[in-house]
This record gives sequence, structure tokens and C-alpha cells, in this order.
Amino acid sequence: MHRRGVGAGAIAKRKLAEAKYKERGTVLAEDQLAQMSKQLDMFKTNLEEFASKHKQEIRKNPEFRVQFQDMCATIGVDPLASGKGFWSEMLGVGDFYYELGVQIIEVCLALKHRNGGLITLEELHQQVLKGRGKFAQDVSQDDLLRAIKKLKVLGNGFGIIPVGGTYLIQSVPAELNMDHTVVLQLAEKKGYVTVSEIRSSLKWETERAKQVLEHLLKEGMAWLDTQAAGEPQYWLPALFTELYAQEITPEEAKEAIP
Amino acid sequence: MDRFSWTSGLLELGETLVVQQRGVRLCDGEEKVKFDTGVLLLSTHRLIWRDQKNHECCFAVPLSQIVFIEEQAAGIGKSAKIVVHLHPASSNKEPGPFQSSKYSYIKLSFKEHGEIEFYRRLSEEITQRRWENMPTGQTIQVNKDPQAGRIRAVGIVGIERKLEEKRKETDKNISEAFEDLSKLMEKAKEMVELSKSIANKIKEKQGDITEDETIRFKSYLLSMGIANPVTRETHGSGTHYHMQLAKQLAGILQTPLEERGGIMSLTEVYCLVNRARGLELLSPEDLVNACKMLESLKLPLRLRIFDSGVMVIELQSHNEEEMVASALETVSEKGSLTADEFAKLVGMSVLLAKERLLLAEKMGHLCRDDSVEGLRFYPNLFLTQS
Repeated sequence: MHRRGVGAGAIAKRKLAEAKYKERGTVLAEDQLAQMSKQLDMFKTNLEEFASKHKQEIRKNPEFRVQFQDMCATIGVDPLASGKGFWSEMLGVGDFYYELGVQIIEVCLALKHRNGGLITLEELHQQVLKGRGKFAQDVSQDDLLRAIKKLKVLGNGFGIIPVGGTYLIQSVPAELNMDHTVVLQLAEKKGYVTVSEIRSSLKWETERAKQVLEHLLKEGMAWLDTQAAGEPQYWLPALFTELYAQEITPEEAKEAIP
Repeated sequence: MDRFSWTSGLLELGETLVVQQRGVRLCDGEEKVKFDTGVLLLSTHRLIWRDQKNHECCFAVPLSQIVFIEEQAAGIGKSAKIVVHLHPASSNKEPGPFQSSKYSYIKLSFKEHGEIEFYRRLSEEITQRRWENMPTGQTIQVNKDPQAGRIRAVGIVGIERKLEEKRKETDKNISEAFEDLSKLMEKAKEMVELSKSIANKIKEKQGDITEDETIRFKSYLLSMGIANPVTRETHGSGTHYHMQLAKQLAGILQTPLEERGGIMSLTEVYCLVNRARGLELLSPEDLVNACKMLESLKLPLRLRIFDSGVMVIELQSHNEEEMVASALETVSEKGSLTADEFAKLVGMSVLLAKERLLLAEKMGHLCRDDSVEGLRFYPNLFLTQS
């Protein structure tokens, strides 16, 4: 009597069938990859054509850049992910933002000892524009924010904190949690904040307010004015431009990048 | 705001454009009005404002109406402004956007900067009063066609036409660019869909796709700027490009690392490398992905990530733990040091100095004194003297 499906022969047959199935599976992926490769080439041509007509527009027009970035984000594409990407190579968007990244790092480093690593987007914008010189392309605040978002991956603590109608840019790896952020937002109106103001606006206990303020002091992001009338005031040097603007001194610039 | 009169925005004979600035908002005294984004033009005769969204909405005030101007510096959430104080409107002034106003001044808010230059030019024009030398000042009131609301310019038609054409051309360029961009994005979207379907296939048939094919796929994603979490888990984000880059970095960074005591933060590396390249810069992600491959490629550098999240590149020969021993000596000599002081003494960046002191603390060699005056490190006498 023959037994079906059992025995060395059957096992070998099954193995062969599995192998063939695997092969077919690989062939399927191969097909799709080939298709993608072809479509990629076509897309590259389309992009080249677009670039030849509109590359200047992207370079010169900050609003157009915003549109471009938003559209990319909507379809799930990051034109700034790699310098080797098509977008970067053909439209030159990459170089624009990566160089901006370098300039942002240098400005933040040069001013860190003054503001503890916190700077308003406005001041950063002004300093970057100054550094770029009269003949460089115009750079918008939106451009800065996008460049900063990319810099986060370098692990240096770059962060964007919304305050008032604008943003504070953090460039040091200091830990700033929700409590710290909220106090920064409170301080934004006048450039300083007191324990009483925190207690009345945020309804916190004194201890909690003090902890947050001390942390900011330690990080160099806040300065203490004990001679203020009434109670001590905690000032944020990052917000000082409201009161007086300062240039980056040559010494500071030298210390920026060795 | 009741000093303005509607205008076509075209310049008159003898009137010259001095400077213009986009992104200007108008305020009637202290109150905001609906004219929040426009182009502000300064001519030898007038101050003209045209709405960026609706070019038909255009009005102007003669410079002769200006009493004096002042600047308001920018602040948090506030753009720089010019305050323009005006004479009362004359009774035969042509109609404008406002019939009356309780203020005798307006504010020009420069949302896209340009305030400093504009103020300078405006001051110049007010001082020079060039409109008095050229007769056009009067003709603005004349030749007005009330139906169309347009002012027929006298004389040099060519200039007007060119301005108008230029405006139309710019508009056309922009709309053409947007159209082309939308079409391009449609095609890009197809690519994204295709890549998603391939990624799903890979997920389903784990292990049935070859190493080669995975690498090919990843390089396609890199070209398009598509992130793929599926392969990233199993194979990382690196591609051949990143491998080559890693090898290049090993070459470029050897000397700078030696000059800096064997260790550099990733931000320093990013700036150094990109400044040297000048063109075809690396994205931050490119750099990180390349550095992640340094160790596996057995290159003489490695990526190290501290507890704080700070990322550094070290020479393989660099031993941070040994450096800690010398740091301890330095701190002991001085009694105590902050990260700033240590950095200055040793000639390191403050960021890396702090990491070294923190590591020394982690290893038990140093103790911290954390006060509002800063973070100060002392030799850990608990350990040595117990």
C-alpha cells in the first residue's frame, strides 16, 4: 500500500514547492523595484524640467518656498532629508537650508554666554541676515524654522518654543519641560517675571515657581535682579533686544567655531 | 487714514519711484485696519500702498501732507514701524478708503523688514521736497475718471505700461510656477504610493527580499526624500551613499580631531564639513546616518551619544574615561571648577567640557554643587577620604 504525502520523497517535493514560491515572491518585488526605478527616472526628468524653469523662483521667493515645502509635506516627501536627494540636487533647496543651518549654529554659539542658549526668532533672524551680508539671498523666519527643525537630529538640543506671537529658539541640551516653557511665555510680555506673577497667573505654589526660576537661573537663561522695587525680578536676556540691541563682538564670533 | 485717496498706482509724469517694500501693514493711529498686507511704494511725490492680494485696492497720500515721521523699533511679535504724522486733509481731497479718522497719524508696520531703508529714503524725500520742483503734484487731482476710478496719467505712457507689464509678468510667473509645482507634486505623490506598496510587500515577505534589493529600495527612497520606517527598523537608514560618506568623513576629520583633543560635537563636525564643501552640502540627517556606520565599517572614528543626548565623534584611539582621570587632576588642583572654567583652562568647547565633567561624576570621581550660581564640580572626597 502506498502512503500519500509522507516520506522523504514528499518532504523533498514540499521543499521544492516552497523554494519555488519564495523565488516567485522575490521576482514580484523585483518587478516592482524595476517599475519604481523606471518611474524614478521619469520623475527625475520632470524635476529637471521644473528646475530649469523655476529654480530661480525658489531661490528668490520665500513665499514660494513655503508653498513648496507645504506641498511636499502633504504628500509625505521631505526635500531636505538628504543632500543626495533629487530635490536638493536639482532645485538647490538643500544647500540653501543646510548652509542656513551652519549660520544658525554659529550665531547661537556666539551668543550663548549672554543668553544661556535661548534666543528669540527675531534676534536670530537679524543676526543671521547681518552675517549673510547685503548681497545674499533673502531669508524668512519660516526658512529659519525649517532649518532649525533639521538641526535637531544633531543632538545638540535645538528646540523651538512658542511664546507670545513668536518663538524662542533653544540651542543647548538643557531640559526645558512644560513648566519652564509656560514661565518663559509669561515672561515674554515684559522681559521678566516675578514669583508673585507666576502665583497669580498660573495659580502655582511658591515652591513650584521657585524651582522653575532657579532652573532657568542655573542654565544661564535667566538673570536675577534683587534690587528691583518690591520683589526680585527674573529677567530673560533672550528678550533683551526689546530694550537694547547688541552686536556680536569679534571675540564672541571667534569663540563660536574653533 | 482719512488722508489717503484712491489711485491707480501708476506714476505720473515727472514722478519717480524711489523705493518699494512688500509685506507692509497699515494702522490708523493705534487701531489696526483691514489693510494688512501690501506693497508700500515711495515716489518723489507720494506714499502709495497697494494690497498684495487685490491689486485694484490702491491708495496714496502726497508727501506734502507729512508733518514728520518717527521710527518704532521691532519687539517681540512686533515688526519695526514708521509713524507718519499728517496734516489735516484738504477739503478738496479725492475720496479714499476712509472718510474720517480720529487720528492724525498712521503707522506703517514692516512685517517683512525693510523698515530701516524705507525710513532713510522717506526722510530724504521729505527733506528734499522734490515734488515742489516737478509740476505733477497738481495733476493728480485733475484728469480723474470717476466711473472707472482710474487716473489717466499725462504723458509718458511707456513707463506706466512697463510697470504694469512687469507686475503682470511677475504674477504670471508665479502662477505658472505654482501650476507646474502642483503637476510635479502629483507625480511625486504617485512615487510615494508606489514606495508604500513595495514597503508593505517587504513587510509581508520578511526575509524573502534580498539584501541587494533592500539597499536599492533604500537608495530610491533617499532620492525621493521618502522616509520608510519599515526598513529602518531592520536595516537602518544607511545606503551606499552613507557608507561612502562615512569613509570620506574618516579622512576629513582625522586631523581636526587630533587638533581638538580627539573629540568633537556633531554640530561642530556639521559646520566644519559643510564650510569646507561650499557646495553640495550634507544634510544633518546625512551626517548622522553616515556617522552611525563608522563603527561597523571599522573606521578610525566612532559616534558616541552621551546621556544628555549630545552626539560626538571620537577618534577610536580616544578614551574619554582616561581623559576623565586628567580632568579629575585639573579639578583637584583648582579645588573646584564649573564647566565654563574647565573649558577655558583646557581649551575645549563648553559643551564637551560639561559632558566630561558629567562623565567624571557618573564614574564617581567628582561631586556636584548645584546652586543658582551655576553647576560646580569638586573632587569626590567621599570616595577618596572614607
